[in-house]
Amino acid sequence: MRNFPIPEDELMTSGHLACQGCGATQAMRFALKALGKQTVIVMPACCWSVIDGPFPHSAVQVPVFHTAFETAASCAAGVKAGLDMRGDHETAVLAWAGDGGTFDIGFQALSGAAERNDDIIFACYDNEAYMNTGVQRSSATPFGAWTTTTPHPHTKSHPKKSMFEILAAHRIPYLATASVAYPNDLVDKFRRAREIRGMKFIHIIAPCPAGWKSAPEKTVELARLAVQSRLFPLVEVWQGKYYLVKKDLPYKPVTDYLSQQGRFAALSEADIGRIQADIEERWEELLRKEQLGGPVPGNA
Amino acid sequence: MQKVLEGNHAISWGAKASDVKVIAAYPITPQTQIVELLSEMCTSGELDAKFIKVESEHSAMAAVIGSAAAGVRSFTATSSHGLLLMHEMLHWAVGARLPIVLANVNRAVGPPWNIWTDQNDSLSQRDTGLIQIYCESNQEVFDTTLQAFKVAETVSLPAMLVLDAFFLSHTSEIVDVFGADIGKKYLPPFKPVDFLDPDNPKAFGNLTGPDYYYELRHKIHKDHLRAIDVARRADAEFGKTFGRSYGLVEEYRTEGAETILVTSGTITSTARVVIDERRERGEKLGLLKIRLFRPFPLDDVRRVLTRAKKVAVIDRNIGFSIGGIFAQEIRSALWNTRVHVPLFSFIAGIGGRDVTPEVLNEILDIASAVEYPEQETYWIGVKDEELSYTGR
Repeated sequence: MRNFPIPEDELMTSGHLACQGCGATQAMRFALKALGKQTVIVMPACCWSVIDGPFPHSAVQVPVFHTAFETAASCAAGVKAGLDMRGDHETAVLAWAGDGGTFDIGFQALSGAAERNDDIIFACYDNEAYMNTGVQRSSATPFGAWTTTTPHPHTKSHPKKSMFEILAAHRIPYLATASVAYPNDLVDKFRRAREIRGMKFIHIIAPCPAGWKSAPEKTVELARLAVQSRLFPLVEVWQGKYYLVKKDLPYKPVTDYLSQQGRFAALSEADIGRIQADIEERWEELLRKEQLGGPVPGNA
Repeated sequence: MQKVLEGNHAISWGAKASDVKVIAAYPITPQTQIVELLSEMCTSGELDAKFIKVESEHSAMAAVIGSAAAGVRSFTATSSHGLLLMHEMLHWAVGARLPIVLANVNRAVGPPWNIWTDQNDSLSQRDTGLIQIYCESNQEVFDTTLQAFKVAETVSLPAMLVLDAFFLSHTSEIVDVFGADIGKKYLPPFKPVDFLDPDNPKAFGNLTGPDYYYELRHKIHKDHLRAIDVARRADAEFGKTFGRSYGLVEEYRTEGAETILVTSGTITSTARVVIDERRERGEKLGLLKIRLFRPFPLDDVRRVLTRAKKVAVIDRNIGFSIGGIFAQEIRSALWNTRVHVPLFSFIAGIGGRDVTPEVLNEILDIASAVEYPEQETYWIGVKDEELSYTGR
């Protein structure tokens, strides 16, 4: 038998309601492979509220509790407390939110749970807009992107909120980014998160063909280019201090990433220059933080 | 064991006697003492519960929704704006059929800021599906905490007990309390109908179309109706176990009464005194206290009030333009009875203004003076001249 680094068990089944080429669906599939059956998912309003399937169906083979848009973190904290009081300390509680439920409406509850160091895994599958309601801008939408609420020629004028830095500032035990183009890495990070007590946050870039105006078959490629262009670097942070940046990947210019998405069709040369400069500045910052934190402690 | 307790601490003791497992709460005046004492109880270990100190009331309700969904007895407390912030999650707790108990200290809603009592916060939750029980004394507050769990867990619906700001929350009375060891004689450990169980994975709250949603709402309606008798039995059983019971409504000196005054909350205690005095003078007056507001005890209210010639309802709340909210409920309860009883609707005590015996006497004088109300709603004691400074 071949030695698969990723478990063969499928806890996400066919019959779900995702669009073709949905990155969020890939993300769930690999996250559940890593976390296993002893998992409860708390799901705020997001694409996955629909993807999971209508009553009486569910596309995942673990318990799912659907909750209101802004409550992923607070509801998950409650589920964890309830399981603890039942004497179940093994089940992982996964809050599974889109970027709206993380960056915007769910932000307060997320910050509260992070500050309290609640023992949950909060995963954000980031498709960079309110995709379930039909592509409206969120604070995760990048500079220059078209959405239905940032129509041409007034595409988004401000950069994406840096949720990663905000969570790092909460000094939570574990923080990571992941991409559906790197499933081994994603699975490793969820496995690591499962073993750590306290708040864990995993930020997954999850391309959305419908909202990004990209070809469904390009989802994995775009998720890879987001990483390789260093627009979305693969990073882990322990206790908000010890950074580990994945640096051994081939570098690609951001135009490779931008040019395959209709949402960026109206970018000018100057806009692309601004995006490229921003990437370089942030990459340098990240490397400095990695250096400043020093080696990741063995017990982290 | 008898203790001198303010109403807020009577709730904390009630939560402890109910052996709650998860508490999530956020501070707000005049509720704060409830969660302060519960924090101390959790810290000292006398209460074996997790206390999640959330960053808002919305998160408080979301957290106890999570813990109740995980299958443990869950409790929160709030007041006024805190309850209004919870509103969305109250609907969620009802739809998810989770028997959470919430204590709400009735406080007026801003602006302008006002920390004193009135009922518009809790009555604004009328159609969420939350069970609502209004308390008159600190003993009733303690006892009702256990009763609320009993009813909530029997019908799988959340319940709210309600007490007046300051008149109960911060007023000390002698309260007979006990711990969870005695509490469990009445309230056994919570056995959830369903819970988040990795060994039996299910999805809760999925997208549900018109084919099923309608039936799910009908089930809630039926269980609300069932909860009336469940609450009646829970109160009677409490009486059998501890010697105290309150009824869903309470009749006070209604025998032969031609005019029945209807009250809720602490106004009831003052009204008892006024009714006694006027009865001495030979007036045919009685009192009906509404304790259970949701589900509405329609038959009990009809049985008592259709015997009267006049009904006078006091509301410490206002449904702007239509009048007092209890008055509306009672009007509609009396509609299909074939008996026509004139209903006098009085507004008093909003924003914590005292409802003194003088106020109650004025109300009863008005109701006695005429056969039929001359106004749809009487606002008692409005200082019109002072209002004119707003420039209009």
